[in-house]
Amino acid sequence: MGGMFHLVRKNLGRKKLRTLFTLLSVIIAFVLFALLGGLNRAFTAGVELAGADRLITTHKVSFIQLMPISYVARVEGIDGVRAATHYTWFGGYFQDPKQQFGLFPTNLEKLSDIYPEYEMPPDQRERLMQTRTGLMVGQAMADLYGWEVGDQVPIFSSIYPKLDGSFAWEFEIAAIFTGTGNTADEMQAFMHYDYFNEARQFGQDLIGWIVTRIEDPELADPVSDAIDARFANSPTETKTSTEAGFAAGFAAQFGNIGLIVQMILACVFFTLLLISGNTMAQAVRERTGELAVLKTIGFSDTRVTGMVLAESLLVAVVGGVIGLLLGALFVQGAASALAQFFPGLAMSTGTLAWGLVLAVALGLVTGAWPAWRAARLSVIDAMGRR
Amino acid sequence: MGREKLMSKPIVVVKNVVKSYRKGREAVEVLHGLDLEIDDGEFSALMGPSGSGKTTLLNLIGGLDRPTSGEVEVSGERIDRLGSRALARWRSNHVGFIFQFYNLIPVLTAQRNVELPLLLKKMSAKERRERAMTALEIVGLKDRAKHLPRELSGGQEQRVAIARAIVSDPDLLLADEPTGDLDRDTANEILELLGTLNTRHGKTILMVTHDPVAAEHASRTVHLDKGTILEAG
Repeated sequence: MGGMFHLVRKNLGRKKLRTLFTLLSVIIAFVLFALLGGLNRAFTAGVELAGADRLITTHKVSFIQLMPISYVARVEGIDGVRAATHYTWFGGYFQDPKQQFGLFPTNLEKLSDIYPEYEMPPDQRERLMQTRTGLMVGQAMADLYGWEVGDQVPIFSSIYPKLDGSFAWEFEIAAIFTGTGNTADEMQAFMHYDYFNEARQFGQDLIGWIVTRIEDPELADPVSDAIDARFANSPTETKTSTEAGFAAGFAAQFGNIGLIVQMILACVFFTLLLISGNTMAQAVRERTGELAVLKTIGFSDTRVTGMVLAESLLVAVVGGVIGLLLGALFVQGAASALAQFFPGLAMSTGTLAWGLVLAVALGLVTGAWPAWRAARLSVIDAMGRR
Repeated sequence: MGREKLMSKPIVVVKNVVKSYRKGREAVEVLHGLDLEIDDGEFSALMGPSGSGKTTLLNLIGGLDRPTSGEVEVSGERIDRLGSRALARWRSNHVGFIFQFYNLIPVLTAQRNVELPLLLKKMSAKERRERAMTALEIVGLKDRAKHLPRELSGGQEQRVAIARAIVSDPDLLLADEPTGDLDRDTANEILELLGTLNTRHGKTILMVTHDPVAAEHASRTVHLDKGTILEAG
């Protein structure tokens, strides 16, 4: 085994520059794979984080249309519903209007019934409930802006002015929560709906959407139907879907990111396939005589095939692993810098695993043709050409 | 590597062998019902003009090609009946090949080149190395073990190729114009080495050559012309 590997390694070292360039092209392709995989994950993070037992009810026309807050109580009365609360898009930003984040006026008392995964110390929770202007912020967001419990911070709304006409809303950081470990759900904040509702200039008693926690994920379809049926033929009809369905629909506003990513990667890897496939074919063609000699001294067709495949696999896997690692480093570096825009930007183990599968597949596919040629090589013809 | 010399027992038996190739739509017969026996321990030279079928016969005896009809038996095995996988295994165990242009792998050292046939055997790296060094010692190139082929002269390259041919201790050595690319002095050295392998190590050798001087080193010369044996003396 060691002797065969030595031969494979030496063969790759024949034309060092050619092998290096092939390796570089593989590395670049896999860096791109990792980056685009991270980006795709950032767009679809909401889908991954979605709870199977949560439903989202929006205005039937569009989720930016508002609904009466009275709907929440009516949803809570439906069989199979454990608890319900509501969200409204505040359009909040701290200092830079271009850096908006998710700040949602909601019923904070009910929030923990819907999202038990948001955890905070009991004293902070109490402080939050007792402070009208209290703000509950995720750990990642607090870290980003350097906020600590007790800080007074002004946050601007790009949508809602206060009664005095100012868009600056005063808050006190009352609680800092931690999520499920992913930055995606820690890059948001929640405020008391009452404070929001009483202080805003317009839209009183209206909400953005309803989040419902149901008794059993199996009930998602019947409960969704029941909610929509409850508001059918009313001035504000609703559309209810699972949280994952809602998040997927939200991500789809930017276009089918998954498809775009797949298309780009398909182009990159197709080009790579042609480049490294051609390089491998050329490398093997140059060694036709040597392969014939190996066959003469007893190397079987299978062994020669394995040797050629091992060469292309080695380039693809080494290049793939280096590319994926570099890509993971880039994604990690970009994740903190772009946390506001892409809170879910991270390289998942799934992307890594797919990358490795792709590297192996690339090696096999690029080596397949030259390996087949090598296996079919006639010793008599090849030696005759020398 | 030494073996008892048994002059009377044939190691190669070729019976009524016909070999034809297709050239476009036409079938060209290269060997016409050829018969040949080579005894174990014999050093034979196969001579004849270009196109007489020397290399074709050598390829058939070496299990690189199959006859169109007839029988080829080497070391007691009907190799014309073997499939390609079995034939490859058979070659690795029974035959050593020596080529005109040495055909060493340029990126491997002399020792690694010699080790190549041993990669097909269940053998530790240490054992492979030791056997390769023994083979290199036999051909007088132990001190060149770590040299790449480009760092060796033509004669030295051919010695390494011979070491590669004998490293797995085959019954039969097949040499196709082994001195064709060498000057006279170097050619004589190689022929003397082949002679030593024959007399001292008991290797049966069949050597294709155009060169009558080379053929003189053999104990027997077989003349081939137009696919037929003219004389075997």
